[in-house]
Amino acid sequence: MSFKNILSQLNIFAQCKKYGLPLWQCPQFLFLVMGIVIAITAITFYAIATRYIADPRLVALMVLIITAILFIIANIINRSFERLAEASRMKSEFISVVSHQLRSPLSNLRWAIELLMSGRTDPITEKQLEYFKILKENSIRMGELVSDLLIVSRLETAKLPFKKQEFAFEDLINNLIKEFKPLARASNVEIKFEPEKNLPKVFSDPSQLRLVIENLLDNAIRYIKERGQVEIKLEKRDKNFYFEIKDNGVGIPREDQKYIFQKFFRSENILRYQTQGSGLGLYISKAIVERSGGKISFRSQEGVGSTFWFTIPIK
Amino acid sequence: MKKILFIEDESALQKTFGEILKQEGYEMTSALNGEVGLRLAKTQKPDLILLDLILPRVHGFEVLKKLKEDKETKDIPVIVLTNLEGIGDIDKALELGATTYLVKAQYSLEEVVEKIKKALGE
Repeated sequence: MSFKNILSQLNIFAQCKKYGLPLWQCPQFLFLVMGIVIAITAITFYAIATRYIADPRLVALMVLIITAILFIIANIINRSFERLAEASRMKSEFISVVSHQLRSPLSNLRWAIELLMSGRTDPITEKQLEYFKILKENSIRMGELVSDLLIVSRLETAKLPFKKQEFAFEDLINNLIKEFKPLARASNVEIKFEPEKNLPKVFSDPSQLRLVIENLLDNAIRYIKERGQVEIKLEKRDKNFYFEIKDNGVGIPREDQKYIFQKFFRSENILRYQTQGSGLGLYISKAIVERSGGKISFRSQEGVGSTFWFTIPIK
Repeated sequence: MKKILFIEDESALQKTFGEILKQEGYEMTSALNGEVGLRLAKTQKPDLILLDLILPRVHGFEVLKKLKEDKETKDIPVIVLTNLEGIGDIDKALELGATTYLVKAQYSLEEVVEKIKKALGE
């Protein structure tokens, strides 16, 4: 660890802010408070007790004053952290409000374009259709980005509640594969799914699990260059489900692999500029899997393909 | 000709839906706020109501509740068409008696028209 690293570790305020943790959960802060209280009390009592041992009333008074000072300091620290927490909450709320506000004009835009494209109002030329398509695709893309931002803001403010229920995991996957068929066909990609037989039902939040698989499946298909294959596995391993998705796509360059789950990160692979993406999909997937008590990871080799896997508890 | 009441404060959407629903052979009436929406639902007896949730004056949930409490309007199918997508919102709308809940961002215009036809039993 470099000297700079140690210094930044000591900057407790920056640390707590970075983690976005509430005051009472920020370990650095609690540690600091504990340390100060112990140190001041010990020194004060030592000083008072050795010097004024002859007069107990004076000792009592001093202890009282110091306790009051400590109390005031604690209160100030407390309030400063409240402000910090408030700022973090406001940031997430800001993202949420802005995203919501963006959604209405986006739907207006998209549906108006679709109406024009349908030729229901006036006949349109091939050339016009070409540009309408660009407008439509980009309005959808913006819409998806806004949706992703909303999910991230909900995940970060813990406003995305788990609504657990029992359901067949393999059915969820099969339904998603069906939805992705058109994209897969257009990209010359074959999707294979082989679930283990007699799997138990899973007790989880289907809509959140869906988001995870949707992101992984979307990535797997999009990052296949010409034609290829996506293989999905589902197994029971101890008390967990193990989900694996393997593609023979462009792969992730080694130097980018450690950043792959970071917010807004997009790898510099050869398809980056041809594929759309917010750079939020894997961040969201990781957050959901970990909140469910599972693990997510991958292995990848550039030019060969990637395999992403995750586990989630059956119950 | 079947009548559809569209309670939505975005006039751009009113225009787009007015056009496409006309072409599909429906008669659409616009209400730009919840209060007018409730009044028109009673006087015009539409075959279907499209309802946004974030509305001026009377909130969409309140409109839905009142529609379902009123004997005259309680049997009219209501499609909620909104950008709110919290689980709580969806559950609440369905509990209050909405037929379908559509998040605007997730559907194309044609898909919404399909849902309307389905809700009208066509």
